[in-house]
Amino acid sequence: MTVPGAWFLTLAAILFVVGAVGLLVRRNVLVMFMCVELMLNAVNLTFVTFARMLDDIGGQVVVFFVLVVAAAEVVVGLGIIVAIFRRRAGATADDISLLRG
Amino acid sequence: MVHLVWLLPALPLAGFLLLLLSGRRLGDPRAGWLGTTMVAGSFAAAALVTAGLYLRAPEHRVVTQTLFDWIPVGGLHVPLAFRVDQLSMVMALFVTGVSTLIHLYSIGYMHGDDRYPTFFVYLNLFVFSMLMLVLADNFLVTFLGWEGVGACSYFLVSFWFERNTAAVAGKKAFVTNRVGDFGFLLGMFLIFAHFGSLDYGAVLGHAGSISSETATAIGLLLFLGAVGKSAQLPLYIWLPDAMEGPTPVSALIHAATMVTAGVFLMARINPILAHGPAAGTTIAIIGALTAFYAATIACAQDDIKKVLAYSTISQLGYMFLAVGSAAYVAAIFHMVTHAFFKALLFLGAGSVMHGMHDEQDMKRMGALRKWMPITSATFIVAWLAIAGVPPFAGFWSKDEILVNAWDKSKLLWGVGVVTALLTAYYMSRQVFLVFFGRPRWQEAADEKAPAEAEAQPEHEPAATEGATTPTGAHGDFRPHESPWTMALPLVALALLAAFGGLLNLPLNHSTEFLTKWLDPVFGSRLHEVTASTGTKWVLFAITVVLVLVGIAVAYAVYLAHRVREQEVEPAVLRHAWYFNDFVSALVSGPIRLFGAWSAYVFDRRIIDGAVNGVATLVRDTGTSVRRLQTGFVRNYALAVAGGAVLLVAFVVARTA
Amino acid sequence: MIAAVAQVQPGQPLQLPHVDWVTIGPAGIFFVGGLAMLLAGVFLRRRVPRGLWSGTTVVIAVLALWPAFHLWHQIASGGARTAIADAVVVDGFSIFIDVVIISAVVMAALLTDGYLRRENLEGTEFYVLMLFSASGGMLMASANDLIVVFLGLEILSIALYTLAGFQQRREGSQEAAIKYFVLGAFSSAFFLYGIALVYGSTGSTNLGVIADFLRTNSLTNGLLLGGFALLIVGLGFKVAAVPFHMWTPDVYQGSPTPATAFMAAVAKAAGFAALLRLFVSTFNTYRLDWQPIVWALAVLSLLVGSVLAVVQTDVKRMLAYSSIAHAGYVLVGFQTASNRGVAGALFYLFAYAFMIVGSFAVVTLVSGRGDTDASLDAFRGLSSRRPALAFVFTIFLLAQTGVPLTSGFLAKFYVISAAVEAHSYALAIIAMIAAVIAAFFYLRLIVVMYMAAPAAEGEEAAPTARIPIAVGAGMSLTIAVGFTLVVGFLPASVFDFARHATLLKL
Repeated sequence: MTVPGAWFLTLAAILFVVGAVGLLVRRNVLVMFMCVELMLNAVNLTFVTFARMLDDIGGQVVVFFVLVVAAAEVVVGLGIIVAIFRRRAGATADDISLLRG
Repeated sequence: MVHLVWLLPALPLAGFLLLLLSGRRLGDPRAGWLGTTMVAGSFAAAALVTAGLYLRAPEHRVVTQTLFDWIPVGGLHVPLAFRVDQLSMVMALFVTGVSTLIHLYSIGYMHGDDRYPTFFVYLNLFVFSMLMLVLADNFLVTFLGWEGVGACSYFLVSFWFERNTAAVAGKKAFVTNRVGDFGFLLGMFLIFAHFGSLDYGAVLGHAGSISSETATAIGLLLFLGAVGKSAQLPLYIWLPDAMEGPTPVSALIHAATMVTAGVFLMARINPILAHGPAAGTTIAIIGALTAFYAATIACAQDDIKKVLAYSTISQLGYMFLAVGSAAYVAAIFHMVTHAFFKALLFLGAGSVMHGMHDEQDMKRMGALRKWMPITSATFIVAWLAIAGVPPFAGFWSKDEILVNAWDKSKLLWGVGVVTALLTAYYMSRQVFLVFFGRPRWQEAADEKAPAEAEAQPEHEPAATEGATTPTGAHGDFRPHESPWTMALPLVALALLAAFGGLLNLPLNHSTEFLTKWLDPVFGSRLHEVTASTGTKWVLFAITVVLVLVGIAVAYAVYLAHRVREQEVEPAVLRHAWYFNDFVSALVSGPIRLFGAWSAYVFDRRIIDGAVNGVATLVRDTGTSVRRLQTGFVRNYALAVAGGAVLLVAFVVARTA
Repeated sequence: MIAAVAQVQPGQPLQLPHVDWVTIGPAGIFFVGGLAMLLAGVFLRRRVPRGLWSGTTVVIAVLALWPAFHLWHQIASGGARTAIADAVVVDGFSIFIDVVIISAVVMAALLTDGYLRRENLEGTEFYVLMLFSASGGMLMASANDLIVVFLGLEILSIALYTLAGFQQRREGSQEAAIKYFVLGAFSSAFFLYGIALVYGSTGSTNLGVIADFLRTNSLTNGLLLGGFALLIVGLGFKVAAVPFHMWTPDVYQGSPTPATAFMAAVAKAAGFAALLRLFVSTFNTYRLDWQPIVWALAVLSLLVGSVLAVVQTDVKRMLAYSSIAHAGYVLVGFQTASNRGVAGALFYLFAYAFMIVGSFAVVTLVSGRGDTDASLDAFRGLSSRRPALAFVFTIFLLAQTGVPLTSGFLAKFYVISAAVEAHSYALAIIAMIAAVIAAFFYLRLIVVMYMAAPAAEGEEAAPTARIPIAVGAGMSLTIAVGFTLVVGFLPASVFDFARHATLLKL
């Protein structure tokens, strides 16, 4: 079975939008964080698809870079979240709105 | 000698730096003397440079001196350079001359102020900036001076920043001027875009190479700058408020020098104005309207300085009327004579306030000529000069403007002569209220003293003879004459105000020194009066008659009926009464009414309202947009995502 | 480096690509220096003389100037070039941004010393994070591959997230960190998607290859342009352009003030470096497509930044909004896509780095222990308590207003004159209107500082505590104010630097 590249691209776009919308509607910081991961992986899928379509290894190499960066981001992000939860348990993103205006 | 021009700004700059470093150590009178000496030196240098220029052959009378490259713009360099020509030297001479006198006056006037040295720091910095403005060889250096004088004005207006009004007034001056600067900058950018240069020589020499529309646009944009700086409609509002500053500041900055910078700029760019005639007409109309409008307001003011402030706005209007009529020499001439008599008026007013222990309400003065002979004598000279009574200086310059305005448009001339009548009226009113009639300060002091005793915050700096104690104003309140450092400048300015007309007597061509001297600057762009000699005489007569009418009306209103109260001459009195009633019904009433209306309704509501309205609009917009900043991460993310969607939609729409 | 990987053939000895280390010298020195400091910090904890780490950071930064100058001379004689398998580019532009970032690091490091002592947070971490972050910024400036831009962006940002939350115990700092982190990651995803789309439509992530491709092929599909739009989203977020600006006030306000100073100067410079390189140089052939977007962002940033700053009562927040407006001015220069505009934008970034670090340095000192009070009231009567500090702040504020004889005036002058030259009259007018609005709030702050403290009202005057000025902060302020004034008087050398800092045309 051959699946056209455009389908993968569309799937990636849908995943990206799902991630973005998820970040907009969820209140839990961890879940928001996972939504970002989803967006990044949607982009990874796009890269791989393009790499296959263009027959170019470059796109696949990019994915490794993105994975590394995402891992680093996770480390820092979780660190920040832990620091916050140490002070106030069970905080949602909306509770963190001291600064405004 | 011409190459000494760098000394002109260098001396006040040195004064500024010296005072900044050691002002406090020098202390009360010496800091003032240092500042005055520096400016006097600058005046001497200006005289030398002018003499040097005069000795040159007429065709070599434009000299530029480059100090160093200041700003590289693109491939081109804007140098910090001075331009010595006839126009800049006229400006430099009167700026340094009047500044010297006012510095001298300030030595006495500011005596006893806590921040005495600081005052001279600012004052010297101001003179430096003003000289940069007039001596500049390119628009950018002029703009530098332009901003510099603005900043000094701001600092000096809010010199007594403990008064909230002073701080607010300073802020208003600054912000209003930013609006004008915006025009200046934009004009400058346009010039640069079209000429590829900002040098006066390069730009003005090739003014013909641009289209007439561009010339009009440049002229109008720079005029917007001039409107802000020279307090014309509708940006004049800061000037009356600026009277919060010490009186020498009002005399120097807000009467004689800084506010005339706009007129100077317009004269400087005369080739561009000549190329875009629509700009000239706009300038003339704005000038005439401002002259008339401000004069009506001046008729209804009781504050001695406010009258002079509105009068300054009105006289500046005359100068713009002249510029718009291409009568540049008349504008410069009036600028110079106005500097003499208006500086004198302000200094005289300062002397009065000094002698009256900071009273500013004219209704609480009267008969001061007995106690302040020098002040009143010189003030009267200035009054005759500004009212336009021949042969005082103001008459000649104003007459020249009006003749030129007649050529431009009969209507503008009409507005001009009516303004001349009003000018004579309000100035006479002021003189009569302050120096003649019955002394009213005695009862005023009695009623004011208790109020002042409990709240004594706002008064001008201590007078020389220890007049600070407000309670002392009670019983033995006596106005007194000012010390010699204040009297001498008054006398000097009075002489200039009386005989300044000699600069440009229109008797025959050989006595028109100013016209001849400035001829190379304006050349054929200067309007040649076309009216016949007969017409000129008629116009001249009309002006004089109207001026006399104005003085007579003021006399009848403000002096004659007080004569009645003292029961001196019943016949004159009855006549005066009749005239007084007639006048108050026909002239004074409407004038006062319109004056009051424009002062309190138009001025406060509409003009101030417009400025405040813009401020409020900004504030309200800010307050409501601010609510979008909810503090919730998801809202911020929504903005990012929304922005992304919009951008993508935009590019997709482009490809479709 | 990607191309190098592709060259490896089976059966042959592994050929390591030639790496010209000096080309990433400045970033490399920052990175290695940061690592060394991190290690040293572990062993020397709590037994160090005052100011050691701050001094070390300054030394590292100054060391990084050496390869920068070396490269500058190389470029002047031999021209710009690409290196490390075309992944980075060495041109005047990248060196210029390096110098901007180095200057910001020097000033911020000097400022940080006293701050950390005041807050009992001594240690190497703050400096190390600053060095890492700065190296990311430099990498962005010299990137010649979209992936390198992305890496630089992430190195810059991840360190900044941590810096924002450095005061773990303060809620404001925590909030700043989490907001910056979530939104930053979100916008990075957009940026990355933009890279993917550009890669998909041009077949490469290398900027040189992309530029060649775009010159020879004219693409009409939305893929490429969509990629542009998303790249602008990602970088627009970093430089705080409206509508991607909303994190700015919260993060600037909540972060430790020296971190705010650092991120204001460095993140903006690095973000604009990437924007200018990508759009003015690589996507130049498509400028008619992206110029309207940048135009709109510039207008929005100018107006929203200025208008919202007017209603602020917290000085840090006000400066944050004003930094949004400043981004608008740089965008004005960017929008012209001309050499003059780029030079103006670079000059602006350089001048801005000094103004903003100086301004936040004053705020650091005034707001007191724990960054508690940066409200307008804290500044009331500053002139009588600390005349020198008030004077210096006045200069920074006047420079930000754009008053002549300060660097800020020339910065505005250059970008606006570039806009006029490019016939963007409307943009020039809006920029100047924004400047008039901005005059309101800068001036209000100056007036507040110079008005006597309202002690006469009988209430006890709250902010009478003496403001201690640490040596480092004093040095930092001196550098900033010196630059602002000297460049205001004699801008020629700096402007020539900016003018010769041209982008390598690919």
